[in-house]
Formats: sequence, structure tokens, C-alpha cells
Amino acid sequence: MASLLTRSGKGAAAWAAFRVTLPILVGFGFCGFSYGLYMHSLGFAPIVPVIMATVILAGSLEFIMAGMLTGPFAPFTAFAVGLVVNARHLFYGIAMLEPYRETKDWRKPYLICGLIDETFSILGSEPVPEGIDRRWYYFFVTLFNHAYWVCSTAVGAFFGSSLPFSTEGMEFVLPALFLAIFTGSWQKETHHAPTLAGLAITFVCLLAFGPEYFLLPSMACIVLFLLLFRRKLSSSAGEQA
Amino acid sequence: MTTLQAAVMVALAALATQITRWTPFLLFRRKTPKFILYLGTVLPPAIWGMLVVYCFRNGTLTGAGSGVPEVLAAAATVLLQLWKRNMALTIAGGTLCYMLLVQLVFPH
Repeated sequence: MASLLTRSGKGAAAWAAFRVTLPILVGFGFCGFSYGLYMHSLGFAPIVPVIMATVILAGSLEFIMAGMLTGPFAPFTAFAVGLVVNARHLFYGIAMLEPYRETKDWRKPYLICGLIDETFSILGSEPVPEGIDRRWYYFFVTLFNHAYWVCSTAVGAFFGSSLPFSTEGMEFVLPALFLAIFTGSWQKETHHAPTLAGLAITFVCLLAFGPEYFLLPSMACIVLFLLLFRRKLSSSAGEQA
Repeated sequence: MTTLQAAVMVALAALATQITRWTPFLLFRRKTPKFILYLGTVLPPAIWGMLVVYCFRNGTLTGAGSGVPEVLAAAATVLLQLWKRNMALTIAGGTLCYMLLVQLVFPH
């Protein structure tokens, strides 16, 4: 079996990618299912979260969009929130410039389209297993993570309603997700100034602009604040989100 | 909101996401500006703080009720993460805690 797989570079790369993405499958299994179920509980047809999972492919943004889709039509906010919530992708891209450089064919655009947190966390931290075709390995890790997310969302969206228990309160999965990321980030960082600034500025903007329109001014004020106090906050640079 | 309006919002969110993924590959091939590297380290934690406030912008999740289940479940979520440091466990535990609170302890 092993010799068969190593002989074909594609098969070996797919197998190696599957093994390394298994923990992501478990994590996405829960989060994607919750997302599909959450969209269902908001009254959306099952195909809506599946489409969103496929084309947006950014979990936290999809949860936020779910809430925004139940509100007023706000295209500019959707675009700006997308940019700011996913701004961290910029830095994944910077890190993957070199590893992805030798991929020059059709796989390259897909690698860039699908550069999500989980894919970056694998490809950016662990070396490619020995004897494995790097380009196929990168491709399969990206593809598998994408597929896990879409499939688990579909399962939640299509079958979530036939669960034998009440899903009331399921909507807490979004605050729980952000609280978990927030707390996890807090545990890793050495200086809490940017985190506290994000909390405080957003809270002040919420009081000033009200719950419908505070997100955009918050984002602008946060970027402005971070740039204004760059010299002071730079000492805390090097921390990871 | 009409279906078309919803589709436009989803498309714009997808476009914005793709811009964040493509920009480095199109722009920073040779040299990355220093302030971009700086924002890369300080922006993510600030954004998570912002999103936590965003979730609780109406005081409660539904806009009704006392807010007590929200506060209790949020505290449980944070404590679970501080204790076990396992993201999937934290999300599952926090959500389960809130579901139990609103269904059994504080029913409407």
C-alpha cells in the first residue's frame, strides 16, 4: 500500500495532507455543523449557508454575515467588515509568498483563494513531509480544509432540523467562538494594549453610534489608534493572534 | 431584504475576503512596508475585542430578557478556555451552557 502511494506523487501527497488535516476535520466538524444549524435557526434555506461556506470560506465572517443578512441592506458595511475581519489574511499571504512561489500552474490561484487560518496554521508552521511533492501537498491541504468546512456546514444545514432536541440557545455558538478566540489570543500575548483598545474603542462607538451603525466607525478608530500609538505598541510586536 | 440584496451582500463579503488573500501576492512581492507588518501583529487582537462587543451589542442575544444567561455563559466560556486551552471544547461547552440556561434555568 505504502509503496503504491509513494510511487504516485499525487496519491502520497493526498494521503499526507489527509493525515495532517485530521484535527481540522474534527474542529470544523463541530464549527461547520453549528454554522449550518445556526443559519437554519435564523430561517435560511439550507443552500444559503452551503453557498456562503463555499464562496466566502471564512468562518467568523460567515457568522457575522448571517446576522447582517437578517438586518437592513448594507452592502458597504458587508464589504468593509469583510476586509477588516479578514485583514489577518494579508499576513498569511506575506508568509506564504516564498513557499507558494514554485507553484506556477492552475493550483496557485486556488492556493491563494483558500488560504484560511487552518490551512495557514498547518502550512506555515510544519515542514512538508519528506519525499512528498510540495505542490500537490499544498493543494490537498487547502482542498481538504475547504471540503471539511463546506461538508460540515451542509450536514448542519440539511439535517440540523431533525435533531431530537431543542436547539434554542444554539445562537450562542457565535459569541462562544469569538470569546474563545479572544481568550486564546489573550493567553498568548505579552501585552494586552491592542486587545483592550479594541474592546474599549468598540464599546465607546457602540454608545456613540448605536447598535446598528457602530462597526464601521469602530474599525476606523481602531486602525487610527493603532497607527497613532505605533511607537508605544511596537514594543509589544511579535505577539501572535 | 430581497434575495438579490442578500446575494449582493454575500458576494461583496466574498470579494473583500478574496482581496485580503490576493493583495500580498499581487503587491508585496519584493518588500513589505513596515507599518503593514506592524498592523499584522496588533490588528488581530484588537479585532477579536471588537467582535466580542459586537456579539453583545443589544445587551442580550435576542434583544429581550435579563441578560443573566448571557453573562453566565460568557463567563463559563472564558473560564473554560483559560482552564483547558482547547478552542473546540470551549465553543462546545460555552454553547451547551447557554442552551441549558435558556431552556431549563431561565425559560421564557
